[in-house]
Amino acid sequence: MSVEPKMPKCWRKESKPHKFCPGCGHGLALKALGMAIDELGIQDKVVFGCDIGCSLLAWDFFDVDIVQTHHGRTTPVITGLKRANPDLIGIAYMGDGGGYAIGSQHLVNAATRNEKITAILVNNTNYGMTGGQMAPTTLPNQKTETSPYGRSIEETGYPTQGPEMVAAIARDEAYAARGTVANMRQLKGFFKKALQNQIDGNGFSFVEVLSTCPTNWRTDAKGTWKYLEEEMTKFFKVGEFKTPAAKGEQS
Amino acid sequence: MIKNLLQGEKKVFMTGNEVIAWAAIAAKADIMYGYPITPQNEIMHYWTRMAPKAGKKFLQTEDELSAGFTTIGGVLAGKRAFTGTAGPGNTLMQEPVSMAEMMRLPMVIVIQQRGGPSTATVIYSQQETNLTCYGGNGEGLRVVYSTATHQDLFDYTIKAFNTAWKYRFPTFVLADGYQAKMRESLTMYDPKDRGIDMVPVEPILGKPGVPGIDRSPTHIRNTYNTEEELYDVIMSIAQDYEKFAPEIIEYDEQNINDAEIIIISHGVVSRAAYGAMLELREQGYKVGYFRPITLRPFPAKQLFNRARQAKMLIVVESALGQLAKLVKDAIYGCATPIENLSKPGVGIISEEIVERVKTLLKGGHFNVS
Repeated sequence: MSVEPKMPKCWRKESKPHKFCPGCGHGLALKALGMAIDELGIQDKVVFGCDIGCSLLAWDFFDVDIVQTHHGRTTPVITGLKRANPDLIGIAYMGDGGGYAIGSQHLVNAATRNEKITAILVNNTNYGMTGGQMAPTTLPNQKTETSPYGRSIEETGYPTQGPEMVAAIARDEAYAARGTVANMRQLKGFFKKALQNQIDGNGFSFVEVLSTCPTNWRTDAKGTWKYLEEEMTKFFKVGEFKTPAAKGEQS
Repeated sequence: MIKNLLQGEKKVFMTGNEVIAWAAIAAKADIMYGYPITPQNEIMHYWTRMAPKAGKKFLQTEDELSAGFTTIGGVLAGKRAFTGTAGPGNTLMQEPVSMAEMMRLPMVIVIQQRGGPSTATVIYSQQETNLTCYGGNGEGLRVVYSTATHQDLFDYTIKAFNTAWKYRFPTFVLADGYQAKMRESLTMYDPKDRGIDMVPVEPILGKPGVPGIDRSPTHIRNTYNTEEELYDVIMSIAQDYEKFAPEIIEYDEQNINDAEIIIISHGVVSRAAYGAMLELREQGYKVGYFRPITLRPFPAKQLFNRARQAKMLIVVESALGQLAKLVKDAIYGCATPIENLSKPGVGIISEEIVERVKTLLKGGHFNVS
């Protein structure tokens, strides 16, 4: 007799087991998000948008309404929805390519306009769905299909620092953090704060999630975890970069 | 306080962009998303002045991709949402429109054509005909109304919302810089006073109740795993399109029954074509006039039946054969010769058409009485 793993209440049982690769971090990120939705009691208000790339595999993941959009365009779809109906809670879920490359203008402008939405960006340092090409987040010297000798920082620059950028350009009411699937309790906390910031009508909230891609990293379980915890954290600092000052408090 | 801005019938004299903003108000549009590009800008200018008084919203986005995708977001929330663009903006707009095609999302887009390709001019053309009818990586499953007058702009902007929400296809109002910028008289009205009911809107996402408990969650996508899966989806959309097409198709024809020469044109050019037809008739030539109002779906059967009884067709357009392609496709199998008057990015007056028709007749190619 097997014991069923405990799933968040808002997960859709009919679409489990999920479609992500074994060892992929998306399942963990979406578990932390599911727990945050459950604990905030907002399942009836959430509209979840997912991007192109691996994130699209979440298109039937939750018992919440979901729209799967185009590459990089989840942020404007959720922005348009939220503007039209502010009672909904809009979540734009994307990968690093969608948020930092093809859709970077949308992320930047949603942040500067202080859109009352929550953007979640899963960073696995490569384009997973298309076969492991270099992403804006690829680490220096990391080998990918389009940087087969390792990412050259002279030719292609350093990894994008997303939450730091959002923190720099967004208003004081915004929230920006970077969590990791290696610390689920903290990640869930970041998601809850990000969603609460939207519920309170404060402003834009953004959480980057450090995640894993053993399929394209070509790593075993041990190597995957080592890369996530030791290599990625050298460039991507986990923590909060901007927290909205509570009403009446000094920021 | 939210005001009903449009009460009763009203004769007005205004620019086309202002007409569109008023028509969107009349159609009970809820929200406009837009990005500046000439010659479409004043739609936003007038909308942003009127919208707050009517309890309506506006968002200026970072580009036309965002304008299109935020419009989709507005539609998903169950609002009459629209955008307006032109030229290179129309190129970008085709990405969100292709998503709307795949997912049957009733977005409304107003196009004020400018010169092309590239940045070209901000003035005028009919060079966005191909793009507006068949842009995107798909089959052109959208509705395109080509307007000719300011009254058309008002009538068809209202109709575009109803067509979009009734049939659930993205719907374009295709006009141009001349129509956008010139002033002309028209009658504005509240649709309900003329017996036009606005097709009700409803949220596509975010309906009441807890998904999975009170109701099933709504999960919509545009990505498919297998060829067969995609084929079934496309064929089902195409089947609906074919089924609804006869209800949607609109065209105008004048002096066509005995016409030996038919002048075919669309949009603002059809006004010059109409004038040329009348002048040639006065001079004794048996000339008729055919104007497709819907370019998608195209009045193919209607044109075919007229074309095969004529001795010559002349396609007149401010583009290099874009309408001509639609015409040739529509009347495939009809042996009547097709001539052209094509002036890409340049306006056409009736005298030019008269002269062209006479030159063709003098050339003796056609045995026309």
